[in-house]
Amino acid sequence: MKLDSKIPEGPLAEKWSKHKFNLKLVNPANKRKYEVIVVGTGLAGASAAASLAELGYNVKAFCFQDSPRRAHSIAAQGGINAAKNYRNDGDSIYRLFYDTIKGGDYRAREGNVYRLAEVSVDIIDQCVAQGVPFAREYGGLLDNRSFGGAQVSRTFYARGQTGQQLLLGAYSALNRQIANGKVKMYTRTEMLDVVVSDGKARGIITRDLITGKIEAHSGHAVLLCTGGYGNVFFLSTNAKGSNVTAAWRAHKKGALFGNPCFTQIHPTCIPVSGDHQSKLTLMSESLRNDGRVWVPKVARPGLKAKDAVAIPEADRDYFLERKYPSFGNLVPRDVASRNAKYACDEGRGVGSGLAVFLDFADAIKRDGRKVIEAKYGNLFDMYQQITGDNPYEMPMMIYPAVHYTMGGLWVDYNLMTSVPGLYALGEANFSDHGANRLGASALMQGLADGYFVIPYTIGDYLANLGWSDKISTDHPAFRESLENVQSRIQKLLSIKGRKTVDELHRELGLTMWDYCGMSRTEEGLKKAKTKIQALRAEFWENVNVLGSNNELNQELEKAGRVADFMELGELMVDDALNRSESCGGHFREESQTPDGEALRNDEKFTYVSAWEYKGDNQPEVLHKEELIFENVKPSQRSYK
Amino acid sequence: MKITLKVWRQKSKDAKGEFKTYPLDHVSQDMSFLEMFDVLNNDLVRKGEDPVAFDHDCREGICGMCSMYINGRPHGPLQTTTCQLHMRTFKDGETITVEPWRAKAFPIIKDLVVDRTSFERIQQAGGYISVNTGGVPDANEIPIPKIDADKAFDAAACIGCGACVAACKNASAMLFVSAKVSQLALLPQGQPERKTRVENMVAQMDAEDFGACTNTLACEAECPKGISVTNIARMNREYFSAKASSENA
Amino acid sequence: MNWFTNFFSSTLGRKLMMALTGLFLILFLAVHLAGNLQLLKSDGGRAFNVYAHFMTHNPLIVTISVVNFAFIAIHIIWAAILTRRNRAARGPVGYAVTNNSSSLTSRNMGILGTLILVFIVIHLRSFWYETHFGNIPLVDYDGSPVKDLFTVVDVAYTQLWFVVLYVVSMAIVGFHLYHGFGSAFQTLGLNHVKYNPAIRFIGVAFSIVVPVLFALIPILMFLDITIG
Repeated sequence: MKLDSKIPEGPLAEKWSKHKFNLKLVNPANKRKYEVIVVGTGLAGASAAASLAELGYNVKAFCFQDSPRRAHSIAAQGGINAAKNYRNDGDSIYRLFYDTIKGGDYRAREGNVYRLAEVSVDIIDQCVAQGVPFAREYGGLLDNRSFGGAQVSRTFYARGQTGQQLLLGAYSALNRQIANGKVKMYTRTEMLDVVVSDGKARGIITRDLITGKIEAHSGHAVLLCTGGYGNVFFLSTNAKGSNVTAAWRAHKKGALFGNPCFTQIHPTCIPVSGDHQSKLTLMSESLRNDGRVWVPKVARPGLKAKDAVAIPEADRDYFLERKYPSFGNLVPRDVASRNAKYACDEGRGVGSGLAVFLDFADAIKRDGRKVIEAKYGNLFDMYQQITGDNPYEMPMMIYPAVHYTMGGLWVDYNLMTSVPGLYALGEANFSDHGANRLGASALMQGLADGYFVIPYTIGDYLANLGWSDKISTDHPAFRESLENVQSRIQKLLSIKGRKTVDELHRELGLTMWDYCGMSRTEEGLKKAKTKIQALRAEFWENVNVLGSNNELNQELEKAGRVADFMELGELMVDDALNRSESCGGHFREESQTPDGEALRNDEKFTYVSAWEYKGDNQPEVLHKEELIFENVKPSQRSYK
Repeated sequence: MKITLKVWRQKSKDAKGEFKTYPLDHVSQDMSFLEMFDVLNNDLVRKGEDPVAFDHDCREGICGMCSMYINGRPHGPLQTTTCQLHMRTFKDGETITVEPWRAKAFPIIKDLVVDRTSFERIQQAGGYISVNTGGVPDANEIPIPKIDADKAFDAAACIGCGACVAACKNASAMLFVSAKVSQLALLPQGQPERKTRVENMVAQMDAEDFGACTNTLACEAECPKGISVTNIARMNREYFSAKASSENA
Repeated sequence: MNWFTNFFSSTLGRKLMMALTGLFLILFLAVHLAGNLQLLKSDGGRAFNVYAHFMTHNPLIVTISVVNFAFIAIHIIWAAILTRRNRAARGPVGYAVTNNSSSLTSRNMGILGTLILVFIVIHLRSFWYETHFGNIPLVDYDGSPVKDLFTVVDVAYTQLWFVVLYVVSMAIVGFHLYHGFGSAFQTLGLNHVKYNPAIRFIGVAFSIVVPVLFALIPILMFLDITIG
């Protein structure tokens, strides 16, 4: 298989405009003859569904929640980047492009990333027109802040709920089209398979989560906007329902999976409090602007936050400030996370042993409690609510947690996967963040894909396809898919083993976290592979899913998702094994500089790993898409 | 700590429901309320009993999916979402009664899961600004006084969980609807459709069989996002003036 | 006119009717109190009787009193309609446990209102009916005969149970007003950071002062105390 990224020729800044001109258009009168299926209604899905419906296409949209507004985009706190240069501080499309490429450790395509930076400015205009209440200054114009260590203030925000406000904007546009009858919305409905016939995506199979009804939906194109797969780790900052099932089903139907091992671990999360822990809560990394990260110089097992106050300065190790004097506590997410892990590996972790302190005592002394309260009050309250500790009086405890997956379905410049007619948008694709994502860029990418990329690129495919090229749900391809889905559900229900879905998921998560988490070794990864295979075998023999298909059955929903995570986990390990360099969020201990920093290997690994599924229990086949850098010169990151 | 849970169990929409009692003796103070339910469900599955169905997703207080009526209050004794409530709020040995949201407009699907699509239909009736993607003015061409932007934001903070309906003795949705109406009425972008929006959204709210507001203010007291009843007053004003002056005869 | 009926059958339209009629009745209470306080004058009832005569014979006042009855009726009927709707809105099964965060008064306006209705019926039977259809002796003030309503009232308030009934009823009116006053402004949309404190203060003051003064009348008359 030859991977064609379809990046247009020509100068970087002209690629997208030229490409848009070269794309075929669908006659306005014919658009209503096309049906597009959109799975997932987060930022990417809602914006795509609304925009396509506005153009005149008929859209069927699906989400597993009871409302499109609840998709996990809603939880993004910090903000959204855009190269508006409203601050006159030297920002530009090129600079946003450059920062994103560099932040991704040179493992993303120049063409895609430049386009992302280019359309970022339109996103803000669109959202404001929809009534998104961004933060404003007294003069009535939009406010910006610097985020995630960026040198310019290009982040637009809506208090600590930027994701919610942007999603409500996209959701309102979606609602308008539902009311118009252009979008048919299916809530509490989960996609369980993609139907492929003649090598093209033709529709999907879904399960109604209330009645259990398995249904076939036929369309001219299918858009997967189904988010990331961080929940393979069981504990992550993702919503409990976030899953890989749609993407994984597509993968098994021929869509290549790009860079599955690229995971972002966020340093400022609330540590695990016990075996009951069901998810991890992220606190905005803006906390690191004023908080100082430290552990005791000598191990103090079980040290509590309230006792930390008594530890004298001389006995504290502010390890980020010590190791990275110029960036200090503001080093990128992966560096901060890794160093917290090292401190804990040395036995100097606090609390349960898997936590470090984030201390605001100095900031409070310097600026006064009022100033700190104004900046972080809601985060402090949230922390206190969850942990019971008061961060005004004692340091917070934090530990890294899985937050975002840069990997995802491989897509070309048109966001089309390797299956014609099947697209992946937002976090579900691998495209724009390389090996590491910058803060405030996830929202940007989701909305860029949905509002400003797919409406153009899908037209080209549909115009070439023709509206009559659609198969009915009676087609054997649909029937086969439907039967497969049904028999898989019956299988899950019939095992009646001794372990609950959550128990098995936890075991998988722990293995992934230990061996394919913040730092990875060949030995560990090989061990993980064996463990995951054994666990997967156990799952299919020993899982206990009660109840029937014909009802709201949350255990059954979870079981189907965990089964897919089991398979994905193995692929992530394969990918991490293959990539024996360190880059971005992927740290291979074998590949580090003498002073312990990540060492990229551009000679061997300047490519996208795109994995092809070859059948059950067959090794997946790796395809490499070489990355070509014509405009920026890859350099090693340094934060010393 | 030990607790006793009294949970509403109902097989399906039309089935007859009843309370079931579950003693739990290995509850940690650090558990969230939903994690305590995870533990219960794990125990139930091991015993071969049907686990309790409940809605939840983000578990960080923003998606608005979780919806338990705990000891007589939506989301329990604190003014937060169920997922952010922790067991340290309860006493050792306490009996905790958990019910679903009760409203005619929120029919029960199973156990503690209710159908809130009535909220969806209200929003579809007009909770948007009719702009298509593209072709909009530059974001800074629409200056908005900070005070209005902040008020719009306060209203927009609603997470659509339905606690206001659950708390209201009349199962009225006016806090929710007024938050949506207010957000857009306060912004210049919302002006062109200001009148039809409030007329249509209120009409849909009534069609969904929500009750009428009697200003008991329970909604505001229970709202996990602190949405203010000043929004209800604003919606009333908007509605009366729209009815009096719109051309929609 | 479709929009008009639509409007008044919407929940918000009905609430508006409740608020407007409620505010009118609040005004009525103030006027009624001003008149009744004349019962306490030590002039043998003259001022009160003249006032009563005026109120029952002035064409404008008579018209307003018809409106007043209509508003009471609307207030009651609309309340019944809304209450029915609100009860139904909870759905077939209610909560087993409730731990209300709202005030007792605000939740029980219907019960308070019903008790007030009972009181109004008794009150009208005792005085309004007597005035209009009863056999009340006339007194002559400067050549014009006027019904001696004062004496009817004075006699009625010699009965302890009647006085107690009035005092209790006024307490109920007070609670009804305590919620109703502010609630009417909220329903009308008159909620403003600058004026809310004033509305609240006047509402609380009104709901205490007016019923207390009303209640003082039977008490003082029972004790034969007159003022001024």
